[in-house]
Amino acid sequence: MNIAWYIGLSAVIFCIGASGLIARRSPLVMLLCLELMLNAANLSLIAFARMHGNADGQIFALVVMVVAACEVVVGLGLIVAMYRNRMPIDIDRISELRDPRD
Amino acid sequence: MVQLLFFMAAIGAIGGALAVVLLRNPFFSVLALVVHLMALSVLFLLLHAEFLAAAQLIVYAGAVMVLYVFVVSYVGGADELLAEAGVARKLAPVFGVVLLFAFSLAIGGSALKALDTRGADLPAGFGSPAQIGELLLTRFLLPFEIASFLLTIAAVGAVLLARRRRGLEEVDDVSGDGGVV
Repeated sequence: MNIAWYIGLSAVIFCIGASGLIARRSPLVMLLCLELMLNAANLSLIAFARMHGNADGQIFALVVMVVAACEVVVGLGLIVAMYRNRMPIDIDRISELRDPRD
Repeated sequence: MVQLLFFMAAIGAIGGALAVVLLRNPFFSVLALVVHLMALSVLFLLLHAEFLAAAQLIVYAGAVMVLYVFVVSYVGGADELLAEAGVARKLAPVFGVVLLFAFSLAIGGSALKALDTRGADLPAGFGSPAQIGELLLTRFLLPFEIASFLLTIAAVGAVLLARRRRGLEEVDDVSGDGGVV
């Protein structure tokens, strides 16, 4: 398969993730859409590594996976903290940076 | 054979991604993302990134998705209401299509001639755990160490974020749900 197929596929996945990020309101699903976009970027990084025959791009993709794992951990921690504070798990209703109890 | 595998994995990846976005129940979205990640790891294998394919399956589809499933079942992912979707949300598919158009312009207009080839000739052991490990411990030692440091910070930060704040909660809540996360 030509490299262009992989790059095109990664563009499609990225666009699905980006429009999902706008369309969905649950922060959990928004995190999932972020994962989609990061994975699309990973796919194109690995495709370019294959194109050049150089494994440096694969190391880059590995670092992206680490950053994605950190982002997930912190994001899920935030969602759990929101749930504990009796805040709605809904992006539209969390519009103010204020204490929910006043 | 390679083409058949590519198209099957591509259909799996796109279908999984669409299911993540379109399914109403967050729990099913997480399961769809697992399917998507498995299809992507097949694509990684086709690109001779063997170590990354294994890491994708173990770290992502294994560990990270378990974390998601736990949080979804803890928070009790309720279905979203579609009725009150705003204008910006209705424009989301349009945004996606426009973005895809921009990407295809960028890909089609790029001067990379190697895009239409199968890629360069590969040295033996390309993308194997041995090669990735050697690169990580020699040429990319600093990013490797920074990545491990970042993971430590994220773990500590998540514990701090999700812990119970006894001083700030209402009195009747303290006896309610015990334990951490």
